[in-house]
Amino acid sequence: MAEELSGILGHVETISELDLEGVPPTTHVEDLVNVLRPDEVKPSLERDRALAGAPDPAGDSFRVPSPQA
Amino acid sequence: MSGDAVELTVAEALERIGAGDLSPGEWFGSYASRDDAVAAYLWRADDPDSAPVESAASGPLAGVPVAVKDIFCVEGLPATAGSRILEGYVPPYTATAVERLLGDGARILGKTNMDEFAMGSSNENSAYGDVLNPWDTSRVPGGSSGGSAAAVAAGLAPCAIGTDTGGSIRQPAALCGVVGLKPTYGAISRSGMIAFASSLDQCGPFTRDVRDAALLMRSMAAPDPLDSTAVGIPEGVELPSREDLSGLRIGVPRELSTDAEGIEPGVREVFERMVALCEEMGAEVDEAHLPHAGHGISAYYVLAPAEASANLARYDGVRYGKRVPADDLDAMYEATRSDGFGDEVKRRIMLGTYALSSGFYDAYYGRAQRVRTRIAEDFATAYESFDLLITPTSPTVAFGLGERAADPLAMYMSDYCTVPMSLAGIPAISIPAGLARPGDGSTGPELPVGLQIAGPAFSETLILDAAHAVEKAVGFDGAAARGGGS
Repeated sequence: MAEELSGILGHVETISELDLEGVPPTTHVEDLVNVLRPDEVKPSLERDRALAGAPDPAGDSFRVPSPQA
Repeated sequence: MSGDAVELTVAEALERIGAGDLSPGEWFGSYASRDDAVAAYLWRADDPDSAPVESAASGPLAGVPVAVKDIFCVEGLPATAGSRILEGYVPPYTATAVERLLGDGARILGKTNMDEFAMGSSNENSAYGDVLNPWDTSRVPGGSSGGSAAAVAAGLAPCAIGTDTGGSIRQPAALCGVVGLKPTYGAISRSGMIAFASSLDQCGPFTRDVRDAALLMRSMAAPDPLDSTAVGIPEGVELPSREDLSGLRIGVPRELSTDAEGIEPGVREVFERMVALCEEMGAEVDEAHLPHAGHGISAYYVLAPAEASANLARYDGVRYGKRVPADDLDAMYEATRSDGFGDEVKRRIMLGTYALSSGFYDAYYGRAQRVRTRIAEDFATAYESFDLLITPTSPTVAFGLGERAADPLAMYMSDYCTVPMSLAGIPAISIPAGLARPGDGSTGPELPVGLQIAGPAFSETLILDAAHAVEKAVGFDGAAARGGGS
């Protein structure tokens, strides 16, 4: 995989040949600024349904192994 | 009778249903009962373990059977995105795009196979096996929406939806000989669509003809409070009616056509025929210039992996999906992600995190964002002189299974002609333009070539209208892929 990654990076590096002085970066393509919505309280996903897909639910929580075993 | 129903477009079938000549149940059944010989589906509607998905009894798409790429969440149905890490996952809510189709009366035929997390151009990166090209089962259907494209081509669905990040609708549509539209970024909500690269991902239709693509767009394109980037198509989408191309200025960018890297002679020949056809049909055709488009693949393979590396951090074995147990938390994360992700996904996460690392951010991510600006500017300049641009959709026809699997860079080149439009956020359609011999010298059947038609942001109505006229003139016959004559 290291070889494949080097090959891809080698190709990607062709963009270093371009003169991009003063070109602004594009972060998103839409002409949108601050899309706002009314601040209304709405119901969200119920807890039991949010937990239904968890590999190891415990009561109302997601259980994980200890960070320091 | 049921075999006959499979030959109908969505619009034709709806007309017959309206006239009382076809029942929606019979139409749905004619697809649902067909053998999936190309392995397009991961789940089909006859699965007794799944509760039926409800859809509206009436509406503009009442009774329309639709195949859904497995990247879309549908409440109660499995959603794997082609990954082991989501094996067995059943989402608790439905993607807005699917919700809108169901609300207009469409019925889900099945969930279609795909490259893992939409990363790939051949469907070979799925954790659930290959999809076969209906025109030649020794070849790939394209990707990442390979299952959706193959389902429509093989007569396993009259229409389907997929997603396109750098070409994942248009390229498989081209390789399978069907219509595929990548709408303007923001036209259709991404809520409930499993994220790959959020500044690029967009949902769109696969259909047998252009009119049907317009029908699905009219249903799906809308703003959505659940996705602040979704603005719909402000002027709406009209059904196509154009018979010729008179009054249209069409540009042909050499960079993405005759000069495109790796373009096969057969593809070039079909494309040149399309250029001549556009002129015959009354368009004013001239050469266009997109000087930075050739750098699209390089910029894309920085930006998309960078976004993916952040988006895929959520698969951590905690809240849903697969977990591989281990003694401590870090070991659990590592074991889960090592086991759950396939090679291409790992490759892209590593590329993405590398491109975003502090020492390399400016050299890779920063520069790629600036190249993106240049490419968008190139298109903006071109659209001052042209209404539409045309290119081949893919430099090659369908390649053999396994042929590019060992060479990621060769695989990435499949999207050479489609990635620039994705970076610019503009819409583009692929329609079947004809058949060509593969460039690999094989003596197998001739294979479909796609014509890509791109326009400025929110020009879907114009693109569909022009594509409809060209489609009528081309008269492409896809019956062979549906397993027989018409």
